[in-house]
This record gives sequence, C-alpha cells and structure tokens, in this order.
Amino acid sequence: MTSEQKLETLVTPEMEARKGVWENVRVSPPIAESDLRKWGIASYWPDTPPRVFWDAEYAKGTRWGGIIAPNDFNPFAWPIDRPRTAGGAPQGMGSTPGTRGMNGGQVETFGVPMRPGDVITSRTRLKEWNERTTRLGLTLFTETEMEWRNQKDEVVKVRISTGIRY
Amino acid sequence: MAVNVYFEDVNMGDESPPWSRQTDFMNWNRYAAVNDEFVYIHMDDESGRKALNEAGAFGMGNLRYTYMLNALRDWIGDEAEIRECGLQYRAINQKNDILTVTGKVTKKEVVDGENRVFLEMNVVNQKGDPTCPGHAVIALPSRGK
Repeated sequence: MTSEQKLETLVTPEMEARKGVWENVRVSPPIAESDLRKWGIASYWPDTPPRVFWDAEYAKGTRWGGIIAPNDFNPFAWPIDRPRTAGGAPQGMGSTPGTRGMNGGQVETFGVPMRPGDVITSRTRLKEWNERTTRLGLTLFTETEMEWRNQKDEVVKVRISTGIRY
Repeated sequence: MAVNVYFEDVNMGDESPPWSRQTDFMNWNRYAAVNDEFVYIHMDDESGRKALNEAGAFGMGNLRYTYMLNALRDWIGDEAEIRECGLQYRAINQKNDILTVTGKVTKKEVVDGENRVFLEMNVVNQKGDPTCPGHAVIALPSRGK
C-alpha cells in the first residue's frame, strides 16, 4: 500500500468474522506477593506504595483481610511463550495509510480485587468499531473488550480498549 | 485500617488532592520492568524520533493510567473501592514532564446500596496541558455504617 492509494475502508473480512467472538483465552500463573510488592514500588516510584499492597500484617486489619493487588496489576506480564515481533517493534506503527496506529485509551470497571494466589483467566473479543474521516484521513476506531475472572469465576475487571488505525 | 474520606464529606465540585510525578527513564524503566512493556519508543530517543516525536523517547500511556489510579487510591484509602476508571490519550508524556493527576466530583449517587462518587479526571503536564481526559467512579464508606 502506498500513500497515493486511496482506501475505501479499513474494516477487513477478518474483523467482520471476529466481531463479538470471545478468543485469546489466557490463564495467568498464580499471583505472588512479591509480584504485588514490585508492582507497587515501580508504579508509585519514588514514593512508598500503600501498605495494603505489600504488608500482610497491616492488610489483615483492613476490610480485605489480606494483601490485595493494585487495580492496574497485570498478572499476565512475563509469559514464557510470547509472540515474537521484529526487533521489538510495536504493532500498529506502520507508516502507510491503514497501518498507522495508536492507543486511544481505555475504560475499566472493577469487580473483586486480585489477591496473592489468585489465578486469572482472560478472554477478549472485538466488540465494535466506528470508521470515519478525521484530520488523519480515513480512521478506524475499534473497541476491544477484555474480561478477567479469578479461579472462583468472579469478575475481576472488564476493560474496553480503543484502538485507532489510520 | 485507613479511611481517608467518607461519602458524606464529599461534595459536588470538590477536587481530589493533586498527585504529581516528574517522569523520566527512572519511572518508565521501572514500570516497563514490572509490566514487561519494553518498546523502543519508550526506551530510546532515536526510536522516539522515528515515531515522529521530535523530543525522542516518550512515556507509556499505561503509566499515566496507573498514576490516575494511584492518585485515587492515595486519596480514598484502603477501605474504599475504585469501581471504574477510564481515559483517552490526547497528548504525549515527554521526558522530565511533571504530571499532575486532577479530579473533580461531578455526581454523588447511591447505587445498589453502594455510595458512589463520580469524578472528571485528567493528567495535566507542567504547562497546564491536559494530556488524558478521563473519568472515575469510586465507592466510599459512609459514616452511618
């Protein structure tokens, strides 16, 4: 595709086929207390993170009765098996129309908190899209829904992410 | 047990306490390490420029989202809950930016017995530019319970 070629749509037959279909089921390793401590330190740097994320004795006295994870904790980080990308290049960073992309944002709704020992199952689906002409040219806004549940089948969170391709 | 704020103490138009970070590779690298988020545009100035950011490497959007959650958590304490949070990425987080999370109460409502407070959120840089407008819903304890 060259910049001279005019695209009529960025919606592909593959997208039509995938719409609404749950896929990409992943199961996390059990969450370790140490994972939560490190996450807290990194994300609150240079301040000390809240004790409920790392101090078991303190956390016992809270309504949670033990350590909980920060809302944004990602138990799927550092998988053994992962798709390889060329030189670590991020996806969606092409330079021709339809291959350029960016992260538009996200909305998360939270259920029960994640705790040490939890095993989280994730699934995603392409929820919907909206295509229109913007100052970037023909632009496709896609919404992807990701759902996380714990080993008791309780919803941990639902994330709607907006991807932008132009 | 830390209850920082009760539902009854929050009023429409109230602002959450400002929460700031000066961001550079110290913050970005630590976050990359825990989130396994190693992308050259966040690690290398040349790659950042190739991605059309003249100043070079730039910060992760996810980290600004984390800052929004952290600001809420620090304000409401351990006994409260963040029910929902969302944002749109509208501007880049440049190296050495001082980012401040802001929040303003737009609604209070009891939903299914839960005391919910709705906020308009943002992460503003040192120039006062809003970088990611968003919103949040928090559930606060009541003095009556």
